[in-house]
Amino acid sequence: MTQSANDAQPRQADTISTSSASPNQTTRYADASLLRTHFAETVEEISEALGEVTVVAKREGLVELMSYLREEARFRFNFLSDVAGVDLGEFAEPRFAVVYHLYSLEHNHRLRVKVYLNENDARVPTMCGVWKTANWLEREVYDMFGVTFDNHPDLRRILLPADYEGHPLRKDFPIKGY
Amino acid sequence: MSRGSQESSSSFVLGPAMQTKEITVPTSSVAMMGERDPLGDTQMTVSMGPQHPSTHGVLRLELVLDGETVVKATPDIGYLHTGMEKTMEKEKWQQVVTITCRMDYLNSMGNDLGYCLAVEKLMGVEAPPRAQVLRVLLTELNRIASHLVWWGTHGMDIGAMTAFFYAFTEREKILDLFECATGARFHQSYFIIGGCRWDIPDNFPALCADFLNGFPKFLDEAKRLLTGNKIFQRRTQGVGRISTEEAIQWGLSGPSIRASGVNWDIRKSEPYSGYESYDFRVPVYHGGDVWSRYLVRMDEMEESLKICRQALERLKEKGPVMADHPKLKLPDRELMKKHIDVMIHHFLIASEGFTVPIGEVYFPIESARGELGYYVVSNGQERPWRVRVRAPSFVNLSALPAMVEGQLIADVVAVIGSIDIVLGDVDR
Repeated sequence: MTQSANDAQPRQADTISTSSASPNQTTRYADASLLRTHFAETVEEISEALGEVTVVAKREGLVELMSYLREEARFRFNFLSDVAGVDLGEFAEPRFAVVYHLYSLEHNHRLRVKVYLNENDARVPTMCGVWKTANWLEREVYDMFGVTFDNHPDLRRILLPADYEGHPLRKDFPIKGY
Repeated sequence: MSRGSQESSSSFVLGPAMQTKEITVPTSSVAMMGERDPLGDTQMTVSMGPQHPSTHGVLRLELVLDGETVVKATPDIGYLHTGMEKTMEKEKWQQVVTITCRMDYLNSMGNDLGYCLAVEKLMGVEAPPRAQVLRVLLTELNRIASHLVWWGTHGMDIGAMTAFFYAFTEREKILDLFECATGARFHQSYFIIGGCRWDIPDNFPALCADFLNGFPKFLDEAKRLLTGNKIFQRRTQGVGRISTEEAIQWGLSGPSIRASGVNWDIRKSEPYSGYESYDFRVPVYHGGDVWSRYLVRMDEMEESLKICRQALERLKEKGPVMADHPKLKLPDRELMKKHIDVMIHHFLIASEGFTVPIGEVYFPIESARGELGYYVVSNGQERPWRVRVRAPSFVNLSALPAMVEGQLIADVVAVIGSIDIVLGDVDR
């Protein structure tokens, strides 16, 4: 089959190509190239490194993208593994990344979705409507990085006291006290 | 005005940052504690913990009760938060293992393993076969030890005091094995990037075999003591039920999701460290209640025992326990005495550390509590840029309200025990 014919054919769930991983680990990542056409405005970049596929997305349309990833038969990411915040450095722009790790119990594959945020506008829509797990995980990112999750039902600090000042996992937060 | 005069009279002046500020603590919920609703409702807010013995550490639950029924439960965590993820960013790559094992202190081997595997994946290094066997053996022993603590304290929460002593006697034997193999009982930091810190002593296999031979007898006893106990069954069956869909939605993992009928074990689905070559079964129950979660863990101890036996058999094959990687393995001491460049190499590894290629990796492993994921970001320096820990206890605890709301307050204790949280893992 030629490449063009392959592209024209709608792909079936069982033909998902999986990336090779390092010898001592067998985690499979989903082939996300389909998202390029379906979510052309939201998805900025799809890359693969060390056998792990990263989808860089814009926050506009993120909820739709995640709902699609959850419902679509060939992805079925019904399990939200993790929501992580990363501070890319106090002088970096964009400054923050919010990283979602998705897992599909059905297909046994994973995917990483990443959203970059500027410091003066660090907000993303909440995923609480897609996965309930997101509730606490997003609260932790808010607590540690000060990233706001729009429409979150209960966006409070989770690990630190309510009157705490600052967000300790930011790179400009001192490790030592006064 | 008055502050100014105070400043002039004292010799030590507080800087602007150290002056006490007005603290705004949301007191509404605290003020409601123990008070009845003024509108004549029967609802009452009760604070459970953080010093409650059944919360296994420092978990506080804010319970809204209607009589004895829990209307709303709000976990309040963070009492044990020590900023471990922040601390990891300032430690060198090889020093982080001393922090990872202190998070989930009951499953310390698994925590070290996850971190080491993540960094090894970033570096493209694989631990030698003997190190992998050792990792599997010790991690599974630790899983048994962790389940023993759960079994003892879970029984004690519900009122079966005796179980606790039997469990801790047995766990003591495993800790002795750890002491023999690694030199430490609790925070071993035995797995390091590239393999294991050193080989086990010659008498370890015999001691381990002794333990493995004696353990089935304990399991039989345990089943007679608690599993067959009518009171225990009545306290746990049908309590804290969570359906399969809800369990997935809430992100439960490990024994907690396997009790809700989901056959998912990362050791099987995404095997690491050679788990695919071991013969073991994944116990799955469908009740979704405290009793099912109990049965899953009891069966898991048997399966771990099976893995330990197979690993012990493979341990007869000798070999190196550290990957032969110039950055990870310290140079030979005799060579160091002869060559200055070998000496410098050793000095640089020991003082500056080694660098890890730029990249990011998410490595999930099956801890005793569920999916333990390490998301490690490297910017090519001697220290990790970011280590994010997906703690299974944290996510499992977030599902607690879904399990206890509508239940009796006495059952909250049983449910907390059944999801087997470790507050060191929740708060990090």
